Amino acid sequence: MTAPSSSGSPGRATPLLAQIWAVIALPLISILLALLVGAFVILASQLVLPGGNLDLLLPLTAYAALFQGAFGNFDALVDTLISTTPLVLGGLSVGLAFKAGLFNIGAQGQFLLGALGAVAAGVALAGAPPLVAITVALAAGILAGAFWGFIPGLLKAVSGAHEVVVTIMLNYIAIAVIAAVVGGPLRQQGRPEAITPDVGNAALPVIIGNDGHAGIALAIVAVAVVAFLLFRTTLGFEIRIVGANPDAARYAGMRPRALTILTMSIAGALAGLAGAVVVLGVTHLMTPSFGTTVGFDSIAVALLGRTNPVGIVAAAFLFGALRAGASLMQIKAGIPVELIDVLQATILLFLVANPVLRRAFRLRGVKAGLETTETITKTYAGEVAPR
Amino acid sequence: MDGLINALYSIPVAGVLFQLAGYLVNVVPDISPLILQAATPIALAALCGVMCERAGVVNIGIEGIMITAAFVGWYSGVLLVPVLGTTAIGPFGMSLALVVALGVALASGVVISALHAWLSISVRADQIISGTIINIAAFGLTGYLNNLIAKTSPNGAGAFTQFRPPREVTDIPVIGWILNMFLNQGPIAMSVIVLVVIFQILLFRSRWGLRSRAVGEHPRAAETVGINVIRVRYRNVLIGGVFAALGGAYLSMEATNSFQQGMTTGRGFIGLAAMIVGRWSPVGAFGAALLFSSSTALGNSIKFSPPSGDLGTILTSLPDQVYDALPYLVTIVILAGVVGRSIPPAADGQPYEREAAT
Repeated sequence: MTAPSSSGSPGRATPLLAQIWAVIALPLISILLALLVGAFVILASQLVLPGGNLDLLLPLTAYAALFQGAFGNFDALVDTLISTTPLVLGGLSVGLAFKAGLFNIGAQGQFLLGALGAVAAGVALAGAPPLVAITVALAAGILAGAFWGFIPGLLKAVSGAHEVVVTIMLNYIAIAVIAAVVGGPLRQQGRPEAITPDVGNAALPVIIGNDGHAGIALAIVAVAVVAFLLFRTTLGFEIRIVGANPDAARYAGMRPRALTILTMSIAGALAGLAGAVVVLGVTHLMTPSFGTTVGFDSIAVALLGRTNPVGIVAAAFLFGALRAGASLMQIKAGIPVELIDVLQATILLFLVANPVLRRAFRLRGVKAGLETTETITKTYAGEVAPR
Repeated sequence: MDGLINALYSIPVAGVLFQLAGYLVNVVPDISPLILQAATPIALAALCGVMCERAGVVNIGIEGIMITAAFVGWYSGVLLVPVLGTTAIGPFGMSLALVVALGVALASGVVISALHAWLSISVRADQIISGTIINIAAFGLTGYLNNLIAKTSPNGAGAFTQFRPPREVTDIPVIGWILNMFLNQGPIAMSVIVLVVIFQILLFRSRWGLRSRAVGEHPRAAETVGINVIRVRYRNVLIGGVFAALGGAYLSMEATNSFQQGMTTGRGFIGLAAMIVGRWSPVGAFGAALLFSSSTALGNSIKFSPPSGDLGTILTSLPDQVYDALPYLVTIVILAGVVGRSIPPAADGQPYEREAAT
């Protein structure tokens, strides 16, 4: 992105409200426009399908059901929080990598491996005291995810293999690993279908409502830890500098290769924790087809949240609400849940096309959408980071 | 001869390697058409990558273009069959509906590419983010429509059929199996080798190719000699969309006659890896695609007719999923081994801004 991030005229203090507007204007406009596009998709798809009659109010019905499913009552709100939790962790994972100039499309694979690690440890310790079982299971999930992030980090640092291709291959390998392990060593005896035993005492305790598990609190802690890491430690400083300008980082005595490996491992650990939280807090067991859209949603979350921890929480809440409300939308309005992916992509599209939006809506002094991702494409394919 | 082979096979440890070599010699001629079939979508994705990146535009939305074309091709067939019928009008089981549907699929690829071109060339957005948006949108939209359509389970326009070369050709010693590999195919798979050769010659021997490469290596210099950088980039990205769409259409109109959600399963990305391993040349990318697809074909062969002896015992004791994951593993290993020596076009991924006229 070469668009100049024009900020207010220097030397004059901008009022707080204007500052907030400068940050949220583009995301807000993008979300509203995306909802319009979504409505158009709903209307247009009625025309393309055979035997469909045009219901002009269907988009409103769908969005009303979506809203009701996400915020309609206390249980719905807790559901939204539960869907938000892994997205916060996944968003932190992708966002942290972005800060270092790395694109972690592998959050999905790291999420799956983290879930597998947690369920394996949880099943083994199902009878142990809860505190021990939960701690070990969470740690196993974090380690498994970190390992899945370490591989692309190492390959990028050593050979220059771009993390985009490697992490996507690892996503597919993770699916095979899950199917093999859940159908093999972890398979519960005496069941006709492949399924793991319950994690028993390793299950996260419920802290809000009927099933609001302790992972929600864990996600908040993770946000604080990552924010502290990024903005208050030397390591975080180095990560941000390597992302902004690898050459400057090298001349300042930092080691871009080591930082690449470390950042990808931490990103993997965060996505792994997301997986652990989902199995220990929600499903309590695993099937061979275990999989969600968390890893891919996380990319949208990190971008919408401008890779900033606080922004990520807000973006995760939005997408968590969309995911939580989607099933009611499907039941009440017959709209497939994939509409959420379309909305997500459209929001990102408008964010990326921000120079156009800013011209159209005359937003002067509003910050650009995705300035922290400028470096991603530059490192594409084969450019070995300087030692 | 047999005695010698048996003696080699029974050597501890190393014998297993001889058994593997023996299995390969036995099985590769039989599965050679399957290798090209598995390579077709990967190679077409790689050609799309070469087309875009030689002009300096990174395109990771190939996967999204492929799934869109796969869906559009199949569903156009569904809509066109009642109008145009299914009467065959040519070889390969071509019906008018099928040919028109293929055309619509290719057009859809161009449309999606135009979005990527606009975002990455005109808006000068981050090209990887732009590609990611295309992927999310394409998978979302095709999944959304497929879910709505699946309720009616409609009939498609069928699929292109394979040409069966006569036995006299495939039985020619030594080269018979190679001929079988390229001839025992449908029209899309058969056209790949032709496209690769034409593309290779044009890229390195024509004015268009020289201009494309100049724009990808040093756009500023290209501009100073009067090449319109923006136009060259747009053109290449749009042509690339045709290649990727052909790869997607292959999946739903030749390899199968139906659409499944997410049926591209990462082939667009494996194509990008093939492009890198093949050093951004069409022939190299095609070779790399064959390498990746052989692992798929071999994995399936081991799964369904495992070798005998010690080797067979070892291979069949592995879970099936090892063979499912094989193409992805091979991709990572080869990519990591080759990439340091494979240099991308110098201006790959960098947006181009005309110098302001002063």
